[in-house]
Amino acid sequence: MHPVPCRVRSVVRELEDTFTLDIEPPESDWGFAPGQFTMLYAFGVGEVPISISGDPNDPSRLVQTIRAVGPVTDALTSVSPGDSVGVRGPYGSAWPTGVAEGGDLLIVTGGIGLAPLRPAIFEILEHRDRYGNVTLMYGARSPSELLFADELQEWRGRFDLDVLITVDHGDQVWRGPVGVVTSLINRASFDPESAVAFVCGPEIMMRFTIQDLERKGITDDRLYVSMERNMKCGIGLCGHCQLGRHFVCKDGPILSCAAMSDTFWTREV
Amino acid sequence: MSEVFDLIVEHPFFAGMTHDQIRIVAETGALVSYHEGQTIFTEGTSALGPLLILDGDVALEMQTPGHGPQVILTLHSGDFLGWSWLYPPYRWTYDAHVHSDTEGIWFDGPKLKNASEVDPALGYELMKRFTEMLVNRMQSIRIQLLDVYSTPR
Amino acid sequence: MTEPLVIDREGVDALIDALIDRGYEVVGPTVRGQTILYDTITSTGDLPVGIRDRQEAGTYRLEERDDDALFGYVVGPQSWKKFLTPPGTVFWKGLRTADGFETVEPEEPPSYAFFGARPCEVAAMKIQDDVYLPVEDGIYTERRKRSFTVAVNCTEPAATCFCASLGTGPDVNEGYDIALTEVLGGENHYFLAEAGTDTGADVLAELAAREARDEEVVTARRLVVHATDHMGRTLETKGLKDLLYANLANPYWDEIGERCLSCTNCTMVCPTCFCSTVEDRQALDGSSAERARTWDSCFTLDFSYIHGGPVRSSSSARYRQWLTHKLASWQDQFDSIGCVGCGRCITWCPVGIDITREVAMIRERDIRRVAVGTPAVKEVAE
Repeated sequence: MHPVPCRVRSVVRELEDTFTLDIEPPESDWGFAPGQFTMLYAFGVGEVPISISGDPNDPSRLVQTIRAVGPVTDALTSVSPGDSVGVRGPYGSAWPTGVAEGGDLLIVTGGIGLAPLRPAIFEILEHRDRYGNVTLMYGARSPSELLFADELQEWRGRFDLDVLITVDHGDQVWRGPVGVVTSLINRASFDPESAVAFVCGPEIMMRFTIQDLERKGITDDRLYVSMERNMKCGIGLCGHCQLGRHFVCKDGPILSCAAMSDTFWTREV
Repeated sequence: MSEVFDLIVEHPFFAGMTHDQIRIVAETGALVSYHEGQTIFTEGTSALGPLLILDGDVALEMQTPGHGPQVILTLHSGDFLGWSWLYPPYRWTYDAHVHSDTEGIWFDGPKLKNASEVDPALGYELMKRFTEMLVNRMQSIRIQLLDVYSTPR
Repeated sequence: MTEPLVIDREGVDALIDALIDRGYEVVGPTVRGQTILYDTITSTGDLPVGIRDRQEAGTYRLEERDDDALFGYVVGPQSWKKFLTPPGTVFWKGLRTADGFETVEPEEPPSYAFFGARPCEVAAMKIQDDVYLPVEDGIYTERRKRSFTVAVNCTEPAATCFCASLGTGPDVNEGYDIALTEVLGGENHYFLAEAGTDTGADVLAELAAREARDEEVVTARRLVVHATDHMGRTLETKGLKDLLYANLANPYWDEIGERCLSCTNCTMVCPTCFCSTVEDRQALDGSSAERARTWDSCFTLDFSYIHGGPVRSSSSARYRQWLTHKLASWQDQFDSIGCVGCGRCITWCPVGIDITREVAMIRERDIRRVAVGTPAVKEVAE
């Protein structure tokens, strides 16, 4: 339960309320798996779970993307280069990039949900030959709220990655799709018999996406989501993050829909 | 066989319908193409039938005073454009603008409806498919309305 | 271990002395404000001598007995988690430094001797061990490793007791250093003392104890068997996990939700409930900070709060979470049931919600049975 003080190298403002911190990892051989998170501590203010958004192949950087939505995230996003933040972790389960190998992969995400999937995208692009068609479907509120816009542009230019982006509300210059992220699924090319999907976004968006993907024929054992629950400890001790039999902090946050078959559609679990 | 028949017989929208049924539908259709920037129809004008987008991107827009055109939804290959031809007063509710060069098939709305009246089995098959699309679109709009990516504080 | 020994009340005092001599802070039952609580004791005089507790759903009363029983009551509102994970315990303190901050360890915890732990409570500690020990939490783990347990077998269960249903009592079978069984018989008031560990045997060896005669052992054992047959309540555990998992959507939860006040009493008194929260505090001048752990309850709205609002906003969902966790998901998480049948949650619920009755009701209204009788909507549609 001791946070390790780590120095912040840089702070980049991604969106109005969203910042990416580049942090010196607690140890030199520090590593993480795509989808994992850390407990980030702002001295004296508090601690919150934040997913890691950096490249898993670069252990020298701990990159975390934070949306300022409360006192702790406000404090964490107000740090300057050279300041220290407390780090515990990495914790939690990973996107099963291995399970997805050999077939098509759908990555469906919305809003800040792109952050915890970014390491998985890096990982997949590093070993691109192991996968069939890979499609990234990303929905945001508006064109100005697209996270990692430059990177999305770069990925769009690749021939081995289909990047489909949509916004809920267009603006005067936006010429891309307008509509919910699920409307992009029709445009992805995948074999429903073997494709695997990684889904991350607000819970409502994930429920709609899962329904659409199931309708397309992807079974729940091949559907993975990243769940959000209240977390205080990150190590299965405080009880807050329970979702049925799972402690989301250690059994999740990445869980297959099959593992949650009895709880995913039950209210207030 | 007509060119339209060949284009729609394997189309997922018509999957499960008999060739005879698809032939009747095909007879009401005509191939069309639009250039980027073109306007397909505007709000208030007569709605004569639906457009099946084979390739391309079309934006549905609403004109709002002071804000200009607001894109409310974009449609892409595989999508049907337009429902206003189904019910009176048969006027388009939005503007349809072409975002990228579009190929499609225009179906003659009154002819489709007549064929459905004559052959209710065909009418039911079509209705099943149109309503599924409508339900999906309605659900999508609901999620948009929920504004799920906003930041409650 | 060793043969059962027999001691009298003086022997029990000698046992307390022996533990104090070994450096333990001896904590045990004692009367405080018409309730039996756990606190520091130095002799049998501190115990609730000649006192019995009357318990029912929402009811707790102490009464005088007509004997000098040292352990003539069952369990009060507190359990030993009060000492193993005291609310407000500081994990670490942090000091601001020139280039950030550093954390320092808190002081060493005391070594406790838990005196008079009931078999259900010993079982509860074993259950909490499975939660805390694997992760070396730094609070429970340290205290637990230093602790010494003197268990007392139960001979007079309360109306709210159902340990026999869960196999956690009325006799203790593991996880104790010394086990006592009190036998009341007018002139012949004695305690059967048995060691459960080498340390326990060492402590007993220091006492002026004699080996128990066969009939003394038989009498003590019979009293415990008698207790098994006189449990106030029962909880059917057969198929419990599947029953509860399959009944998340049972409308009966809403009926409980209408009664439940979300007061959190059941979770506070429960000896296995482990949910906690951390408090990060900062000195006014910002020079130091600390993190402390306090007990938390799944009955509060804050407990499941995620940015936007709580996941479980209704009291029925919160009660369902508590009960289903205890009796079903606990089995998947820790390979045991998270209930020891101590009955505290029944006694201390201000509206008398009774876990054994609620489970029986869910069983009676099992939605899987109801579903068999009516054709599923899907079938009708097809």
